[in-house]
Amino acid sequence: MLTAPTRFFTEDHEIFREQVRNFVTKEVHPHIDQWEEEALFPKSLYQRMGELGFLGIRHPVEYGGSAGDIWMTLVFCEELCRCRALGLPTSVLVHTDMSSTHIARNGTAEQKEKYLRPMITGEAVCAIGVTEPSGGSDVASIRTTAVKDGDSYVINGAKIFITNSVHADVFCVAAKTDKDAQARGISMFIVERDTPGFSLAKKLDKMGCHSSDTGELVFEDVRVPRHNLLGEEGKGFYYIMQNFQDERLIAASMAVSAAQQALEDTLRYTRERQTFGKRVFDHQVISHRLADMATELEAARQLTYYAADVLASGRDCSTEVSMAKLYGCNVANKVAYECVQMHGGYGYMKEFAVERFYRDIRQTTIAGGSAEIMKEIIVKRGLDRDL
Amino acid sequence: MKVLVTVKRVPDPETTIRVKSDGSGIETDNIKYVINPFDEIALEEALRIKEKLGAGEVVLVSIGDSVVTEQLRTGLAMGADRAILVGCDQDLDSLAVARILAKIVEDEGPQLVLMGKQAIDDDANQAGQMLAALLGWPQATFASEVVLSDDQQAVKVTREVDGGLETIGFALPGIITSDLRLNEPRYASLPGIMKARKKEIKEVAAADLDADMSPRLTINSLEPPTQKEAGKKVETVEELIGLLHDEAKVI
Repeated sequence: MLTAPTRFFTEDHEIFREQVRNFVTKEVHPHIDQWEEEALFPKSLYQRMGELGFLGIRHPVEYGGSAGDIWMTLVFCEELCRCRALGLPTSVLVHTDMSSTHIARNGTAEQKEKYLRPMITGEAVCAIGVTEPSGGSDVASIRTTAVKDGDSYVINGAKIFITNSVHADVFCVAAKTDKDAQARGISMFIVERDTPGFSLAKKLDKMGCHSSDTGELVFEDVRVPRHNLLGEEGKGFYYIMQNFQDERLIAASMAVSAAQQALEDTLRYTRERQTFGKRVFDHQVISHRLADMATELEAARQLTYYAADVLASGRDCSTEVSMAKLYGCNVANKVAYECVQMHGGYGYMKEFAVERFYRDIRQTTIAGGSAEIMKEIIVKRGLDRDL
Repeated sequence: MKVLVTVKRVPDPETTIRVKSDGSGIETDNIKYVINPFDEIALEEALRIKEKLGAGEVVLVSIGDSVVTEQLRTGLAMGADRAILVGCDQDLDSLAVARILAKIVEDEGPQLVLMGKQAIDDDANQAGQMLAALLGWPQATFASEVVLSDDQQAVKVTREVDGGLETIGFALPGIITSDLRLNEPRYASLPGIMKARKKEIKEVAAADLDADMSPRLTINSLEPPTQKEAGKKVETVEELIGLLHDEAKVI
């Protein structure tokens, strides 16, 4: 570990970090190659993580969570991303911090009892369905509809690039309850996997993040009871935007943490490998670039901590979080390029972790809000205002 | 049943240890510390005994300065009920540690003391035996299995000895030191970490215990192990035999 502890992390955070690190070392890392190969990890891993309290970090105590803070979540994210693959961490963090959060924030007591409790123990897996074949970041233009019919809603449409689409038992789905309206016409629904008309059309084959199950969902006259509406009708867009801040902060942290592991692996490699009579590390053309990578990565990490600090304060953090995701994911991609380069031919071989990192990290400037969208938010929320 | 478990703060076994250039000790910068792994096993056994009985108390004790609270807090997060920190900033040898622990045992009156068989920093493997001698209690060292009698008055302990296993029994109170294969310690769960914050760590000063802490031994110097040379690959069995005979001189 290169990084020094910061003031944000207390003794409890560090004790928790130790537990997650041991878990990743003993129960994830030894199997990750196989799970990447099989393009899925066993669902039982959720229950194991549930036992250890990993799935309810910030969820309410009354439903089995620990009501921890954002720093506890970041500790979990940082250590999980050290498993040298981003697929599995993506699946787990989508479950804990990008989908079940909709139920934790906006669900009724009955919904939390029925859905959130088993999500915290790991008996149920959660996914979020917003992105559609026609568009992702342009949430207001989604085409999936939910039409009220008596005591239920009937959902029709399709969702794509949905993480956890194989394992998930419960989906939080965005649909238009007023198809003539834009943002104000969107509502969120809880859809159980075995509801008639719901199907996984296809498990998608991706460039990287293979251990994460990504798929395309189809809704054909899916009838859900009215009490499966999440929060209020027409507020879905607002809920999604609210959730985005957590999601993007964690995405930034994932990219930075995975890059940290890759940098450390590359430091180890360059300090061992000899070329032209000395360690690769001792060639100044290499070591200066390593210094740049370490510096930029530290800057990116500190920016995520700053954004987390703003988020924790309760203030509007959309500018800071967007900056952290934009910068962190860009730096991580740059680090990935350099790590492969410094490994030479071995970096191109699948038996070296940096090869996987190079493929896995690519999606981070696209998923959960692309780099271009991050810049739009920074411009609109942060720059175009009175100084 | 009250079980006392000793906890020592030691460098993480994953840490690279560097000896100070003057040989007076090890470099402590950038070292991560953990609970002595054998003590962690002892704690796990204590927690299992308590869970099996459905009642009882697991009390941790450690000796050192305030940084040791991190290891005690971890032990509490794993499930211990409370902890005692014996404040002391001087280096102690095994006998001094045993004398301090004897005072704590007299005060707490546990039926069982569970300890690691040794600490992975100095590998002394003495404190448990010395404590048993000071208290006049029976001891079972290097335990690989612990079975409590139904009436909770005695234990049967399987020990790993050269060439096999030995099972011994004694009436409580007594002392057991754990070997590596006794159990696989649990992780502290997050709810456990949150609950540990509310558990008591009682601080007592070693100087107030009236224990003789005067050193019986001093460490003269430390040296790092000699660097292992890189291995070499041979083409044939004959070549291997030749090198083992002529170079390594082992056959």
